[in-house]
Amino acid sequence: MAVDTTQNGPATPRGREFDAEPVVIEASGVTKSFRLPVNKISSLKEQITTFSRPDYRELHALRDVSFEIRRGEFFGIVGRNGSGKSTLLKVLASIYAADAGRVRMAGRLAPFIELGVGFNPELTARENVELNGVMMGLERRQARGRLGAVLEFAELEEFVDMKLKNYSSGMLVRLAFSVMIQSDAEILLIDEVLAVGDASFQQKCADVFHEMRDSERTVILVTHDMGAVEHYCHRAMLLHDGEVRGMGDPGEVARKYLRLNFESAPSSGEDSLGEVADIVVEDAWLEDGAGQRAANVEKGEELHFCAELEAKRDVEGPTFGFTFANPDGVEVMGFGIPPEELPERIAAGQRIRIRSKVENRLAPGRYVVRCWIHRNRNISDIVLYSPHILDFVVFGKSEAGVAFFETEVEFELKEGEAR
Amino acid sequence: MSAEAQAPAQPVELREVRGPSATGGGSRRFFELLWLISATEFKKSFHGTAFGYIWSLVRPLMLFGVLLVVFTRILKFEVPNYPVMLLFNLVVFGFFQEGTGAAVTSVLAQEGIVRKTQFPRLVIPLSSVMVALFTVALNLVAVFGFIFIYGIDPMWTWLFLPVIILLVFALTAGASLLLSALNVRFRDIAIIWTVVAQVLLYATPIIYPFEIIYPGLLRDVLLCNPFTLIFEQARVWIIDPAAPSALDIAGSWVAMLPAAAIYVLTCILGVWVFKREAPKIAERL
Repeated sequence: MAVDTTQNGPATPRGREFDAEPVVIEASGVTKSFRLPVNKISSLKEQITTFSRPDYRELHALRDVSFEIRRGEFFGIVGRNGSGKSTLLKVLASIYAADAGRVRMAGRLAPFIELGVGFNPELTARENVELNGVMMGLERRQARGRLGAVLEFAELEEFVDMKLKNYSSGMLVRLAFSVMIQSDAEILLIDEVLAVGDASFQQKCADVFHEMRDSERTVILVTHDMGAVEHYCHRAMLLHDGEVRGMGDPGEVARKYLRLNFESAPSSGEDSLGEVADIVVEDAWLEDGAGQRAANVEKGEELHFCAELEAKRDVEGPTFGFTFANPDGVEVMGFGIPPEELPERIAAGQRIRIRSKVENRLAPGRYVVRCWIHRNRNISDIVLYSPHILDFVVFGKSEAGVAFFETEVEFELKEGEAR
Repeated sequence: MSAEAQAPAQPVELREVRGPSATGGGSRRFFELLWLISATEFKKSFHGTAFGYIWSLVRPLMLFGVLLVVFTRILKFEVPNYPVMLLFNLVVFGFFQEGTGAAVTSVLAQEGIVRKTQFPRLVIPLSSVMVALFTVALNLVAVFGFIFIYGIDPMWTWLFLPVIILLVFALTAGASLLLSALNVRFRDIAIIWTVVAQVLLYATPIIYPFEIIYPGLLRDVLLCNPFTLIFEQARVWIIDPAAPSALDIAGSWVAMLPAAAIYVLTCILGVWVFKREAPKIAERL
């Protein structure tokens, strides 16, 4: 089982080399600012009667952003709200014009700023798929030819001539996602659309993203979901206040993002790109009741979660937390190591071995183990956050709910009272 | 990865991304989009109404009925073929009114698309004009039925009808571009326009023939209205060959210049302003 650590890996992780691939997107010095009037003037009278020039506040959405993306890369852009990532996406998608700098691109680009943009509720799925295809730059014939594949993926073949306004929201989302996936543009721009549909459709989408990762297609994904970044992206970029604050290994970028997000204590100091986390996960695995390593466990079967970590630097007052998340991203359970059992400090080079016995009430499905490590006994001071150190499947018969509980049911059939 | 993908990187051509524009994305895409959007909007406008298309004819017909009663029973106009002239003029002017009226708010109405997709911006106001064009084309079929029943014999000059429609179309499109671009900056353009369009209805010889206006300032002003010349010429071609032509009412080619200048200026200004505003439209919404 592969172990995802935040080691200072090579520039192109996950075994794919992109150095030989041509650059397909090149942004150099992209700058964009918005002039926000303090009092927005949108009527003629105000324009005429405001004698002094209106006051503007300059909002620098992007400052000198430069990067290159090579063909076939799955490139993540992360950042907090207001960091400029959506603006960048819109500049790439030709929705905004940059004030300065240059963007060059090879190949056709299909932007998906939002799922189902331009869907017309009064039209049928057939008409919408055609319209959407043409909007994304296809010819009408091509757009029509795509219909079958789109509907098949969305599992909506029987509703092809139903108006979208009669679709359920789930169906709509499936159709929109499917339109996106079936777009045959060489470059895809995707903004925050990962968590759509029910669990089975999500699994399907996840498979598609995995496929895209390994295909010749270039994908730019903008997201808040660090799990997705680490999972799918070959490389990622962190934007903060319109500036590039980090670029490279997705794990590293995700960690920097989290640090920024939690405004960590000064102890974290200047964080340079490529820095190794102070503690890294060397290995993580499951064991069955007999102490054998296991990739999957049966429902209800005894489950041991084990991990081995190594401190790369001294860490004061460490705490550790692990959670198991199901495919919906729900953390079904979590546990930590009681602080009183932990040493005051862990010195560089020391190894920590964790063995835990977990009462296995997990409902069948795929689980991802996430790991958090903090210092100074302070949960906002993150040493390491790794959203995916291990994944495993609990197999067995599925029942309702995210966990199962032994239930005793009594059943009695009573005669009704005669009326 | 396949072996061929590992072949020495063939150089790919990087093209500069220049941001949004009025027409970007190639002419084929432009016309396909224009057609698709116009056609669906046209279909949509009649959807859910019991009588569908009939309504688009009923509106000018109602106005026609009222004006006909006012000007023939109350004011006693003595104009040959007045009813057909009135109906024809109302329907053709309705094209301008509806086209510009829908276009002026079109960019705002399509905000979702403008802000989230890459899209030749020009398609949006133009599709409003196209929808109005479809409507007028259908209405004209009914109008010519009426003209025929009224007792006007078909004339070879009816073949000039496309010229008239084209002239009105270009002016409508030019005004639509200008208005829709300006309305993004100043939202009251849409409100002002409903009034201006109403004024134009009376400042154009639509419900009256031009020759009843005495020489003077009013006549000179009305002569600067490009529609005056277009509608008067249309009357000669379609309804009454004996009516004064555009040249007759202007008096000379030179006297037609102001109207022609306004016509050309509106079209050029519309395209110029829209092209200038197009890259910024998404941010201003």
